[in-house]
Amino acid sequence: MSDATPAPATHDLGGAPRFRCTPVEPDDAPPDAFGKRVDALRQILARKGLMSVDELRRGIEAIPEAEYHALGYYERWLRSISGLMVEKGVVAAEELRP
Amino acid sequence: MAAPPRPDSVALLDRFVAALLARGVVTEAEIAEQVARTDAASPEIGARMVARAWTDPAYRELLLRDGSAAAEAAGVSMAGMPPLGVLEDTDRVHHLVVCTLCSCYPRAVLGYPPHWYKSSAYRARAVRDPRGVLAEWGTVLPDHVELRVVDSTADYRWMVLPQRPAGTEGWDAARLASIVTRDALVGVALPKAG
Repeated sequence: MSDATPAPATHDLGGAPRFRCTPVEPDDAPPDAFGKRVDALRQILARKGLMSVDELRRGIEAIPEAEYHALGYYERWLRSISGLMVEKGVVAAEELRP
Repeated sequence: MAAPPRPDSVALLDRFVAALLARGVVTEAEIAEQVARTDAASPEIGARMVARAWTDPAYRELLLRDGSAAAEAAGVSMAGMPPLGVLEDTDRVHHLVVCTLCSCYPRAVLGYPPHWYKSSAYRARAVRDPRGVLAEWGTVLPDHVELRVVDSTADYRWMVLPQRPAGTEGWDAARLASIVTRDALVGVALPKAG
């Protein structure tokens, strides 16, 4: 038996030591066109009852750590939202493959 | 600046939208309308609520008791939105809002969360070194002022009611609202009269 505290999940960044000395980049710019489009899709799909915020979170929080930090904010959203719509059969996985 | 999306992400979005359009789940008009509606929300809404609370004690009481009702009273539809809580700054307590898990933010009254609010550095350090974070905005609180950091969540969103600064006596609501910035509503900055 160990009394070590389990490492927090990837998305649980409160107090995370790896960012202790990272200044906050004072970026005020609104989302770019890509981000706004993803943001709008999330709201539309939620309003149509096809997904919830908790499902969005589950999809984001399941992204492996290295990819989580490599992807931009709305890129994580897109991974989650498109994955959810495949799971639910709203779109087919083949339609999303390159 | 936030990095632009990777080419594979841009391509994934194009394929995803094409699939949704082909199946009639969404239309381009719906997407455009949703973007326009989201663009319309801005920190000016929260600033107007704060200015009203500074000049109208009954509204201040409502704002602190039920932020969602106060937003509705300011003409904002809160249908389908998580509840809004409002944190009252005083001479002794200052509040700072963060979402350590992601980016939860009172979007109905403040608009899109800024990039820095969603950044790993802000999420990690707001709870570990809040005075250091505030210093990066040039905000220095006296040592005797307690700093309370509040985590916004998927189920409850927070906004700060800052103190009305000295030197604003006699100002009308529009002029008061003009000094209440988005940063002040999150708690990284303080409204200034000058």
